[in-house]
Order: sequence, then C-alpha cells, then structure tokens
Amino acid sequence: MRAIGIILAGGNNNKMQELSYKRAISAMPMAGSYRSIDFSLSNMSNSHIQKVAVLTQYNALSLNEHLSSSKWWDFGRKQGGLYVFTPSITADNGFWYQGTADAIYQNISFLKNSHEPYVVIASGDGIYKLDYNKVLEYHIEKKADITVVYKEFPEGADVSRFGCIKMNEDSRITEFEEKPLVSMSNTVSTGIYVIRRRLLIELIEKCEAEDRYDIVNDILVRYKNIKRIYGYKLNTYWSNIATVESYFKTNMDFLKPSVRDYFFKQYPDVYSKVDDLPPAKYNPGSAVKNSLISSGCIINGVVENSVLFKKAYIGNNCTIKNSIILNNVYIGDNTYIENCIVESHDTIRANTTHVGSNGEIKIVLEKNERFTL
Amino acid sequence: MIKKEMIAMLLAGGQGSRLGVLTAKVAKPAVAFGGKYRIIDFPLSNCINSGVDTVGVLTQYQPLRLNTHIGIGIPWDLDRNIGGVTVLPPYEKSSNSEWYTGTANAIYQNLDYMESYNPEYVLILSGDHIYKMDYEVMLDFHKANNADVTIATMPVPYEEASRFGIVLTDDDNRITEFEEKPEHPRGNLASMGIYIFNWKILREALIKMSDQNNCDFGKHIIPYCHSNKDRIFAYEYNGYWKDVGTLSSYWEANMELINLIPVFNLYEEFWRIYTKNDALPPQYISEHARVERSIIGEGSDIYGEVYNSVIGVGVTIEEGAVVRDSIIMKGTVIGKGAKITKSIIAENVEIGADCELGIGDETPSKLDSKIYNSGLVTIGEGTVIPPNIKIGKNTTVSGITKSDEYQNGMLHSGEYIIKAGDMQ
Repeated sequence: MRAIGIILAGGNNNKMQELSYKRAISAMPMAGSYRSIDFSLSNMSNSHIQKVAVLTQYNALSLNEHLSSSKWWDFGRKQGGLYVFTPSITADNGFWYQGTADAIYQNISFLKNSHEPYVVIASGDGIYKLDYNKVLEYHIEKKADITVVYKEFPEGADVSRFGCIKMNEDSRITEFEEKPLVSMSNTVSTGIYVIRRRLLIELIEKCEAEDRYDIVNDILVRYKNIKRIYGYKLNTYWSNIATVESYFKTNMDFLKPSVRDYFFKQYPDVYSKVDDLPPAKYNPGSAVKNSLISSGCIINGVVENSVLFKKAYIGNNCTIKNSIILNNVYIGDNTYIENCIVESHDTIRANTTHVGSNGEIKIVLEKNERFTL
Repeated sequence: MIKKEMIAMLLAGGQGSRLGVLTAKVAKPAVAFGGKYRIIDFPLSNCINSGVDTVGVLTQYQPLRLNTHIGIGIPWDLDRNIGGVTVLPPYEKSSNSEWYTGTANAIYQNLDYMESYNPEYVLILSGDHIYKMDYEVMLDFHKANNADVTIATMPVPYEEASRFGIVLTDDDNRITEFEEKPEHPRGNLASMGIYIFNWKILREALIKMSDQNNCDFGKHIIPYCHSNKDRIFAYEYNGYWKDVGTLSSYWEANMELINLIPVFNLYEEFWRIYTKNDALPPQYISEHARVERSIIGEGSDIYGEVYNSVIGVGVTIEEGAVVRDSIIMKGTVIGKGAKITKSIIAENVEIGADCELGIGDETPSKLDSKIYNSGLVTIGEGTVIPPNIKIGKNTTVSGITKSDEYQNGMLHSGEYIIKAGDMQ
C-alpha cells in the first residue's frame, strides 16, 4: 500500500450524553463484540495499510486499553505498526489538540518521517467497510488534491450534524458547508479523506501559521475553489454513531440479517481485541428472541429485540426489551428494562424497572455493590 | 544466559482412537470441547496460569489442526522472545530416524530442546484431560519434599481403581509401590500422567532407557527411577479432572458444562481458559428460536430450538430444527426441520433438512461397540447427510453421503457408513 493511515479518535460529543462521561466515542462498544474504532482500524488493515496513527485526546482510557496491543488488527509488524498519539507538552507547545488539523500538526513528524506518498484520514466513529485502495485509485485517476468519501442520505434526512457537499458533474466538490442550519443537499462527508502526504504537510503547516486548527473548516471549506477536491461515493452501509439516537439505531441495525451478513459473514472480517470469555450460557427460564448475544453472557430471563454485549448477566424472571446492555453488566432478578441503554459495568439491583420510550432512549447508570458469583 | 526454572513438555501426538470418527482427521488434543475450546487449551492455559512460559508440544498424529490452533501461542500469551510454545514433531536424523514410539521416547528425542533452556525441572503433561491445576503448587510440593520425581495423583473410588495406575505411599507421601491396573487394588491414588522431574534425573533416565522399545513413562521411566531408589512422591490433587478419552465420557463432560452451576466452571474470573478465537461476532437468536439449558459459541445463528446442548462457534441451526442433548461443533449447519437427539456432530458438517438423528432402539454398534455406545450418534468432520434421512442410535457416519447409500432413507441403530479415505 502506498498510504499511511491517520484515525482521528480524540472527539467527544455532548450528543452522546452520559455515554461519553467515561470514554471517547471511538471506544464505544459496538455490535456486541466490537468497539467503534475496530471498523476503521480493520479497514486500514484489510486495505494493507501498514502504518497507522490514532490521535486521541478526550478520555482515552478505554481506548488505550483497547489498543494496548496492536496484534489483533495485525499491526504488530516490524515495518509500520500502530501508533497512539496523545497530546504532550513540548518545548514549543503547551496546548491540547485545538482541532483536527492541530492534532496532526502536533504529530507532524509522523508524516514527515514516513515515505509513503499518500495519507488516508478516517474517523473512529464510523461504522462501515471500505477498501481504501479503491478511493486511492479514484483519487489518482481524478488527479485530485483531496478526495472526500461521501454518502447520500435519503431525501429529508436530518444532516445538520454532518458536513454537506455539492459537486459538479465531474464529482468535483463545489460547495462544502459544515453542520448547516439549513442544508443545501443530502450528501454528507463521511470524514474519510485521501490526500498526498506532502500536500497534507504543506496545508497543515500553513493552517498552523495562520492559527487555524480544523481540517473541515480551514482546509476543505477554505480551499475548495483553489484545490481539486473530489467526492467518492460510498454505496455500502455507513453510519456515524456520535449521537445517542444514532448509536442506538446503528446497534439495532445489526439485528437485520442483511447488515449482519455484510459485516460478519462477508469478506473481509472486522477485527477486535480478543477477550477470552466462555461461550454464552442459557439457563432454564431463558427465552431469547431476535437478539444478539455475546460471549460470557449468562441468561436466566427474557430477552427480546436487544443487543447484549460481553459478559452480561440477566437474572431470573427479568425482561429485557428493545435495549442495549453494554459490557459486564449484572442485572438482578425480576428486573424490567425497555428502550434503554445500560452503561457498562452497571450493577442493577433486583426488582428494578427502567423504561425509556421509543423516541427517547433512557441511559441507565447504576453503580451498586456487586457480589460476584 | 538462558535459564528457565521449569519447562513443560506436552504430549499431544496421540490419536485417541476411542473417540472414533472424531479423531479421524485430527489428533485428540485438537478435538473441540465446551463450545469454543479444544482439549489442549486446558493444559496450555494451566501452564501460563501457573507461570510456566516455556512449553514444547509434541505432535505426531494428524498435526495440521493442532499446528494452526497453536500458531505462535498468541492466545495463551506464549509468544515469547525466550521460551514460549514450540511445536515439536518427529524429525529425520543422520542415523535411526524414527517416529515417536512411546511417551518417553518422544521426550527423549527432544533432549536438545530441553537442554537449550537449562531447566531445573521438567513438567510432563498430556494433552487429553479437562482440568484446572496450578503446577506451581505441585512444584512447591516437589521442592519441599526434596523429591526427584513427583507424580500428580487423585483419589478414585476403590471399585474403579482397577482401571488406573495406582500408587501406594508411606506417611510422607513418598511412593513405595506401583500397581498398574490392579485386580485387587490396595490403594486408591491414581496417577494422572502428570510428572515433575528434576531435569538431571530425567535426562539420565531417558538416556539409560533409550534402547527400550516403545519407551513409556508409566511402564519404563518411573519404574527405572524407582529401582534407582530415587525420591518419588505423590502429589494429591482433589479438583475437577476428566478424562475425555471415550465418546461417552466426552459427551458427559460437555453436558456437565450446561448445569446451572457447573462443577467445572468456565465463568470464574480466576484461572481463565484461553483459546484461539475463530470468530468474534455475537451470536444471533432469531424471533422464532428457543434456547434453554445450553451454551453457544460466538457467531452462531440459531433459528430453531436448542435444549441441553453445547453448540460451537459459527454454527447455523435453521428454522424448525430441534437439537437436544447434543454437541455440535464449529461451522456445522443443521437443516430446516431436522431433529437431532443425543448426537455428537463434528466440525463443518451439513445435516440436510428434515433429517432425524438418534431415533429408534439401542442396538450395539456393528462397527465397534467399545467405541460407539451409550446410544450416541457420532458424525465425523465434513460429513454431508442429505435431506430426509433417519439415523438410529449407536451409529456413525463419516464422509459425503448420498441418499441412495441409506436403505429406504434409513440408517438403523448400530449401523455405520464410513466413506473411503476416512479411517474409523
């Protein structure tokens, strides 16, 4: 591969509410056995990108734990590898990352010391599969300066949290608006870019000299008339999980056979850290319907239309409906949970009821004493 | 300088012929167990959990599955700069090239491997038992007794003692006598086939006994050490230990895992069992599925009904299928409407729609009633059974079969179909 990878994983978003208290969005558990960043990381690995930098800032504990070994994504190589960059105070900088461009600037030696001609930039909160080589081929064919991967949303979809683009008939981007109040199109940037390494260094250094810190506003929007910025259409599944609503919906999408088949059964695989948990166990009294169950779960009650992450314990006579139970949750007997996201490491006492509504998912945070089996 | 206090030698070359078609294509230690594990995961996990980070795995019979499973030892944290796991197959020598002819002979042929780690103690293990054991505690016992050899033993009921190698000890746990499968046992401490040797003693014994045909630890090396007046001690182990050498004991040990609180508990935080994860995705239980009293591995899709069963990773159980009291291994597909009762179905098998397995009376197996008994149906790896076939008890099928190979679509109890190329 002729590219190196950068994954922007520093972000936090208050639209994640309580879920972002303890972790960066990129570290959000996904689809039972994964974390959000696994999708971009696996795409990098499956595109044969050998050298990947992950830029983290906000609450990176869970993320660092997850990335503690690079072997799961096959980045434990002599050539290349996985680099995790957190902000650090140096002789000439005492700031946190002030934006995406600044995050790259503060680690610009990573770019300068590489020899690959291209850079693939992705974010850690996208759920998708993509062979970046195809984007790179397109980038070269179009003689583009920057290629932006975009996704068409259905007519009338709310795109106010994305960057919206308009293109001419040659797919060259003519308009780019970040988080528009009134959207001009339903074509959104996925935050995946391909750019020549030397050009990226040049643009980032220029930004920094002008006290500008953001890739979207200060490079894509600002340079759209000078540089050849092209759009590459993504036709397959893509979802950004940076709000509670979309996080819930994206997980629930995995209950659909087509989504499961696409991510779990078709080549290439998505990789993740291996947790060595025993198989899921269904005790007498368990009744599970239309749900995803992960390893290490022990189920004694009713589970319907839900996603159970690793090591969930569901007590006797419980009912879990239309909910997401994150990693290592203990739910005591006779508990009723509907339309909820139960935060990881929660311990819920017996005889508890938590009910959200279809429109508003309830986030359950309950840290009680736990007596382990 | 390289120095390891204790290294382990894990004997994993045996066929395990009493597991019938299950070991036709894989060595016994590579046979699946408990949904996502393989038998060898237990001694390997015991090693790393006991702080033994150098393990030689001796392979011989059908090693492919075992080799790919072990790899460089990543799942057990045995990928080390110095030590780690090394697969040791028999190899050609400038003179007298030979297969491993016995347990001790296999170890003897790898003297150089052991020597290179400059160990004080060598732990000899076999790759075919299900148990959790801290070998470090056994080593402490060995050191405290200033022993030359320590044999792990466990008490067995007197009526069963005649099936085992029994040791007799004095009050200090020092072994005074051995009885191999005694008719009238005088003790009930059975050898578990787990030994700690002082390296120098082992080395000398192996070299002295190197001309012995089929040189075996229990039959030759231990008696040799005994005759030399070496200090041999019995370490008594009282935890769960299961020999899964026969189809019925293999089936029982799997079924014990689905009890409400199993005696052998895989869900404890302490002493975790590691394995190579063949699949990551969660399992899917459909709208019309029913699952009760079962354990299910990652990535399986359940559309039918599963009761009292152990299901491996990546298994598909289609709509209307009913699986009871069965073991189904990795990647197998159970067709629509099939009824599976008390069966052991190996990896990557296809059972056609509306098949019925495990029906009718119990008739002794015509192939080998010592192997195929207890009413079990045993289906070998990669077998294909066409739709609408009925299969009785104490039966076995291996290979890609067509409906005209079944009389009136039926394989009666006690019958078998083993296609060419598949050994029994």
